Amino acid sequence: MVIEFHLNVRSGVSPYLQLVHQVRQAMRLGLVREGDQLPTVKDVVSRLAINPNTVLKAYRELEHAGLVAARPGVGTFVTTTLSDASLAAHGPLRRDLQRWIAKARQAGLDDESIEALFGDTFRSATEAGVA
Amino acid sequence: MTAVLQARGLGKRYRRRWALSECTLAIPAGRVVGLVGPNGAGKTTLLHLAVGLLSPSAGAIEVLGGQPDSDPRHLGRVGFVAQETPTYSALTVADHLRLGAHLNPGWDSQLAGSRIEQLGLDPAQRAGKLSGGQRAQLALTLAIAKRPELLLLDEPVASLDPLARREFLQGLMEVVAEHGVSVVLSSHLVADLERVCDHLVILVASRVRLAGDVDDLLASHHLLIGPRRDLATLPDNQQVISARHTDRQSTLFIRTDAPILDPSWTVEQVSLEDIVLAYMSQAAGTRPGRGPGLGVQR
Amino acid sequence: MIWLTWRQFRTQAAVVFGALAVLALVLTVTGLHLRHLYDASGIATCTTRGDCDPVTSAFMSNYSLLRQLLGPTVLVLPAITGIFWGAPLVARELESGTYRLAWTQSVSRTRWLTGKLTVVGLASIAASGLLSLLVTWWSSPIDRVNAERFKADIFNERGITPIGYAAFAFALGLVAGLLIRRTLPAMATTLVGYIAAQVAVINWIRPNLRAPLHATGALQPLPGAGAFKPGAQLTKPGDWIISSHILDATGHATNTIRIGPDAGCVTTRTCLAGYREVLTYQPAGRYWPFQWYETSIYLSVALVLVGFTFWLIKR
Repeated sequence: MVIEFHLNVRSGVSPYLQLVHQVRQAMRLGLVREGDQLPTVKDVVSRLAINPNTVLKAYRELEHAGLVAARPGVGTFVTTTLSDASLAAHGPLRRDLQRWIAKARQAGLDDESIEALFGDTFRSATEAGVA
Repeated sequence: MTAVLQARGLGKRYRRRWALSECTLAIPAGRVVGLVGPNGAGKTTLLHLAVGLLSPSAGAIEVLGGQPDSDPRHLGRVGFVAQETPTYSALTVADHLRLGAHLNPGWDSQLAGSRIEQLGLDPAQRAGKLSGGQRAQLALTLAIAKRPELLLLDEPVASLDPLARREFLQGLMEVVAEHGVSVVLSSHLVADLERVCDHLVILVASRVRLAGDVDDLLASHHLLIGPRRDLATLPDNQQVISARHTDRQSTLFIRTDAPILDPSWTVEQVSLEDIVLAYMSQAAGTRPGRGPGLGVQR
Repeated sequence: MIWLTWRQFRTQAAVVFGALAVLALVLTVTGLHLRHLYDASGIATCTTRGDCDPVTSAFMSNYSLLRQLLGPTVLVLPAITGIFWGAPLVARELESGTYRLAWTQSVSRTRWLTGKLTVVGLASIAASGLLSLLVTWWSSPIDRVNAERFKADIFNERGITPIGYAAFAFALGLVAGLLIRRTLPAMATTLVGYIAAQVAVINWIRPNLRAPLHATGALQPLPGAGAFKPGAQLTKPGDWIISSHILDATGHATNTIRIGPDAGCVTTRTCLAGYREVLTYQPAGRYWPFQWYETSIYLSVALVLVGFTFWLIKR
């Protein structure tokens, strides 16, 4: 199996979205490539004790986004590879972020403040992007 | 959306006490529905009415488009796992399967047999000697091997330990995946059902407080935290479920389908349990805000 | 449905019918012996020889303990089946919650109850019927000698009435179980109800199943100093004497007649003159009609009770 799902029911994120995120994440990190088969609905259901409709909905969403394709009677397969272009950028970005964290520590911020600052900035940037 | 279970002004009276009154609800087909409410809300009474163990004192109930009475054909279409999962303690596991085969024309003995084998139950074991989890699994096997279109379960996991609870729900979900049966599960704790439900009905004092698909409910409920605010100044599309104020701060539990644009709010996502607690405490008339405040974790 | 009932019931059925089989064996052996003793005793011809008293008491001394124990079992078995089979039949399902399992299978409640009733009800009736048959056959030489089978405490230990008792006790247990919904109280109620029914029938209903006959006659002086036996002169053997009064010359009921040793009437043998005996009785010929009446009364009540359970269980 190429990917194993997990679920956090306290997060407030609906379960199907969590599954979608996990597949996208795995694709982005290059863990899942074109041609890989996603776990069958029954596998996910019996592992996580979740509603099969949730899994189906997640797979439909991924299919809709053009990331996977269902082959009836066989399973659901990944049709694209996301990571190629962006994966290369991960290294430099990670290094930038590490430098930024080091700077924040030097300025006397503790871990919580760093997280809060990052989260806040990230959110306002996203909202600015939306609006 | 066709309803597998529909109640209109449904009521049940025991002597002078109404266990359920003026209950109106519709449960859609093809879902795993969580029927959640505090003890005494009428969940068991509602389910007993739905399987014909009780007959209504008022109103009407329709299950799979028919009256749930003791018509055997109709009984065969509905599977029921009663609270505390009763079994005949003197009969063995194999006896229970034979019982199911004798009493149900649509009995799937292959399904029953393979489930018992998969669960690792000894067919010669008396049901009275089984653990709570095993007994629940046996009761579930009996209910699904009659191949119902609708499966009703009354607090099936309330008395189980966490592992047995997980195993039970896994088994149930496998059945849903394989046979596409509609399911209604009742519980007084939404935590039991969070993983498995895709539709939720909150029943408080016989009344439906909230009903909807879980994804929609999660997407439309938010916790807003910000500077103290007069509720009258909120946009019209934001329905306040509960509010709590300090001198400087307001914490609002709201329902809205529109995005929240006001930058003064910190918007927190809420879990299903937060939603249930908010509606229950609103109905109970307790100080609003206590429910949602509890469950917020980031 | 029959299968489930049988599966739940077979152990209890095996115990009762096993015990009955053992008893049948014992009674067949001793019963045949008793018949042999009867034939050898010469009771049949004692009247011609005039030695009935010693011959009879010699014969009656055989198996007297077994005789005394056997009669009541016929009365007790219907109560036992009513209490242990009838009362828990539905009450235990209601109490343990298994009715929620049974009533949600693809079988109507009416059919479920019919299955239970057929298996357990018929078994109850069969057990008491068989026992009564055995006991009636076994005691028939004794009953012939005694001529007391119409008497209140023997009438209900013979013949077909135990079938009615068994049906009634079973149905009573069923209704009690369904109404009370708890096994032990239902069992207690069944016992109390069964005893009450027996008492009521013996004292008020059975004596009046047909208008009793009355007879009046002078008190005959007894030969020698024997105990007074009511109705000895007025009735035939096998009649059931329901009540007997002694009236004095003025027509008042009396219990004692005092005759001093020096009373003049002793010599003239006229001390009992003027006293009369007044009897109420049912003649021996009504024995079988009465068996049928009583059985049908109990069976009818049982049917009504069973009908009531069918009505109750639909709600």
